[in-house]
This record gives sequence, C-alpha cells and structure tokens, in this order.
Amino acid sequence: MKLKKNIAISESGFIFNPEIGTSFTTNSLGVAILKQLKEKTSLDKIKDSIVKNYDIDPITCEKDLDDFLRIVNQYNLLEEQS
Amino acid sequence: MSKLKYESPIIKQINAGITSKFGELNSLKPVTHIANVSVKSLIEQYGSPLFVINEQTIRNTYQDAYHAFSTRYPNVQFAWSYKTNYIEAVCKVFHQEGSWAEVVSGFEYQKALDNGVPGDKIIFNGPDKSDFDLKIAVENNSPIHIDHFDELYSLITITEQLNKRAKVAIRVNMDTGIKPLWDRFGFNYENGQAWEAINKIIYSNNIDLIGLHTHIGTFILDPNAYRVAASKLADLAINVKNKFKHDIQYIDMGGGFASKNTLKGSYLSGTDLAPSFSDYADNITQALLNAGFSTEDLPLLILETGRALIDDAGTLLGTVLANKRSADGRRSIIMDFGVNTLFTSFWYNHIISPAQECSLYTEDTVMYGPLCMNIDVIRESINLPPLNKGDHVVVHRIGAYNMTQWMQFITLRPKVVMIDTNGKTHIIRESESKEYVSELEITPDYLNNIDL
Repeated sequence: MKLKKNIAISESGFIFNPEIGTSFTTNSLGVAILKQLKEKTSLDKIKDSIVKNYDIDPITCEKDLDDFLRIVNQYNLLEEQS
Repeated sequence: MSKLKYESPIIKQINAGITSKFGELNSLKPVTHIANVSVKSLIEQYGSPLFVINEQTIRNTYQDAYHAFSTRYPNVQFAWSYKTNYIEAVCKVFHQEGSWAEVVSGFEYQKALDNGVPGDKIIFNGPDKSDFDLKIAVENNSPIHIDHFDELYSLITITEQLNKRAKVAIRVNMDTGIKPLWDRFGFNYENGQAWEAINKIIYSNNIDLIGLHTHIGTFILDPNAYRVAASKLADLAINVKNKFKHDIQYIDMGGGFASKNTLKGSYLSGTDLAPSFSDYADNITQALLNAGFSTEDLPLLILETGRALIDDAGTLLGTVLANKRSADGRRSIIMDFGVNTLFTSFWYNHIISPAQECSLYTEDTVMYGPLCMNIDVIRESINLPPLNKGDHVVVHRIGAYNMTQWMQFITLRPKVVMIDTNGKTHIIRESESKEYVSELEITPDYLNNIDL
C-alpha cells in the first residue's frame, strides 16, 4: 500500500492532491502515517511504530489504522494496487 | 520515556463553500468538570450513563428569573412545574427558593403534598382530574384551574356533596399570533367560551373565581405573544370587575419560556434565539401595568415556567461503547445512552462535549444510542474529535423533561446525582434494578412450567 507520488503533505496536516485539486486535513498521527506510506513503509512497521511511540494497545491501533486507510483509499489518495 | 497521548488518525476533505459567521466550536471544548467535580470521578463513583443536577445553577437561574419579574412588577409568584422534573430533591430546591407547586395529575398532586407544599400553594392544572383528585384539592383549599365544562360541572357537584367552597381559575386559550394555537386546553377567549365559563362560575353557589390562567404554548421564541396573552387576560379580569364587582386575585401566565437548547431544524443556535427572562418579563408586566388596573387592584402574577428554569442545571454523562464506519464512509459512534434515556434528543440538537482533552481535528459523526432500534439516534450529525472506546462525553442542558419522560425500555434507567452548593455529591434517584422493573408483574401459575 502506497500513497500516490504527487500528494503533498504539510507538517500542519494539510494534504493536497494536485491531480484533481482536492485538499484534506488530518491530525498529527494522520500526518505520521501518510508520510510513512509515502516512503513505502509496510503496514506492520507503521503499526509497530505507533504502538511504540503512543499510549495505545495493538488491537485498537490496528482497528483505527484499518479504518483510516479505508477512508484514505476512498479519497483516492493511494496508488492502485497491481 | 513516556509515550505520546494517542488520538485515532482522521482525515477529512476540505470543502470550499460560503463561510458561516454562526459556526460554534462548543463541541470541541472538552468539559472535564461539572461544578468543579471531575466527570471521570463521577462516572467512577456512580457509573455511566449518569444524570447530574447542579443545585447552584438551579438557584442562580431561579433567582435571575425572579429578579427579572420582581423588579418590574410588585407582586410575583413562581410555581414549579412538576412535569418538567419531579425528582423530589429538584422540587425541594425550587420550594426552598419560594416556588409553589404546579401539578397536572393526581400523582403529581400527591408528590407536591409529600414534598411539604401546603395545599393552598399547589396549583392544580390539566385536563385529567378525577372526582377523587378534585375532592382532595377542594379539601386542601388548592387553586383548581378548570380545563373544560365537564370538570366545572363535576366540581359544582363535589362542592355540594362536601358542602365546601372551591377556589378556581379558568384556563383560557387564545390567539396570540403564534402557531400552533393551543386550543385543546381551557376555554377560548375569542369565541366567548371563556366568558360563558366565568358566568357559570360567578352564578354557582360554592365556587369562587380567584384567578385567570393561560399557557399559550411551549418553547415560545416570540416574547410579544405573552404581551398579547397578558393583555387579553387583563381585559377579562377588568371586565369581571366591572360586570360583577368581583376582584380577580391572580393572573397565571403559565410557562412555555424557551431554554437555550437548539430545536431540530433551527438554523440559528438556541443560545442566539432564546429570549432572556427580561424579554419575557418586559412584555408580560408592561401589558399588565398598562391594562387599566388601579394600583391596589393589580393582581398577583403567577409564572409556571419549567424548562427555562431547569434545563441548564442538568447534564448527562455518557461513555463511548464503539466506533463504526457507515457504508457511505461517515463515522458513527455508539454511546451507552440513547433516546430511552435522553428523550429530548427527539426535539433538540443537544450540545455534546468530549470529557477529556482532545485535538481540534473533528469529523462529521452520527451519534447512536445503545438500543437495538433504528430510531435510536442522538445526533444525526455532529462534529466531534476522535473518541476511543471508554471515553466520556457531556450532554448539556438536559434538566427539563428527561427525568420525567425517560423510558424503561430495553435497559434500566441510570442514577441521578445532585452536586450541592458546597460541591458535595448526593444520589437523588437510584438506578433501576431488574427486581424494581419486575415487581409489578404477576404471572399466572400455569405459565410457570417451562421445559425447554
């Protein structure tokens, strides 16, 4: 799973898709996840880094990450998987 | 190294549109304490969901309302509307402040007596008064507000049987320029029905007409409607004086003042729309003062407002049971309280705040209750920050009509706690148990053999 190449991510959580001109806002954890997705980090590694750095259990983290990625995909921000 | 505080990742699309100057951020500000008592500790001690009544807010609101009227009119009396919230402790705070009782059933009447209210300070309203109820009210010298002719004739018979006089007012309905016209209660002003009732009472042997009563509607946002109503009642009172040389002792303007809740479908928020007590007081007292009464004949002004006096003092604390995603991608959240507990969610878009620190990032959310029923929706759309399972929320302005109209449906009703003026908490109504709910049921013996 990978973020589309041209998606711009600002530190403040502003996301811009220049392909169709849509913009989004996300929170700090959202920024961290999207940045890692852009760097092709695996979902397992993303999950591990969240559990390591945040006060959260692995099950809730996985559930929230799945939910977040479903919405990111719905917003057409992910590369189509071959 | 301590870990960072977790908040679920969220993303939402920015939609360019016309900006609104009316947007409010209330739901984003965490409310961690009620009257300096932490929400977390309240839920730990008393469970969730939990109704919380702030005694100081009741007293402050009552005193504001009383001040608004008593500084404009020489003779003012409030009567606490039992149906709005008849939990004993709540009623007694109002009675300590000086409120009489206003009741609309035999059950409420008995509650008022049990609360120590003298019979002559219990105003008996409503269309449902049995002969038994009327007899008790006559014996106790209570002002009975007659709703229909059948009640009037019953009362004439009862006073003859008891050989005792009854003190009455008639409820008058009228056109005050607002819709809907509440003509189902009382006698109509415009078509002469009210005069017909007055004539019958004046010429009856055992009934004394001491007051005139109206209650023009509920959640009235136009205070001018009260000016019209007060003028019409004053006009009746002056004509009674002129025709029969009979003094009307009081004019009872009923209730119906709006609280600051936002009604469903309203574009502006309730805090912007609701008139102040001074707005209502201005209209009512000016109409009475300008009606033509001589100074010594000015009737007592009685007010039965309920909602506007108690809504702000009540909060409901609740807990997140689960987060979900709807088929269309919208976030939804399931709470441990539903329309069974928070009945007023059928009418209002309640302000709901998170009860713990949170970020400013929000998502449009559907808030559901816990019932396995499709109608159990607390808010169809509310902007909330991400909330985790077990997080708490505070629902504001729920003091009116919830603790009387709540339903024992699917689950049990929760505790009600009062925070006193010293910050001490008291349970004022226990949570229900299965035994409490079952104790009225009687199962025929032949149904007790179950062999599955």
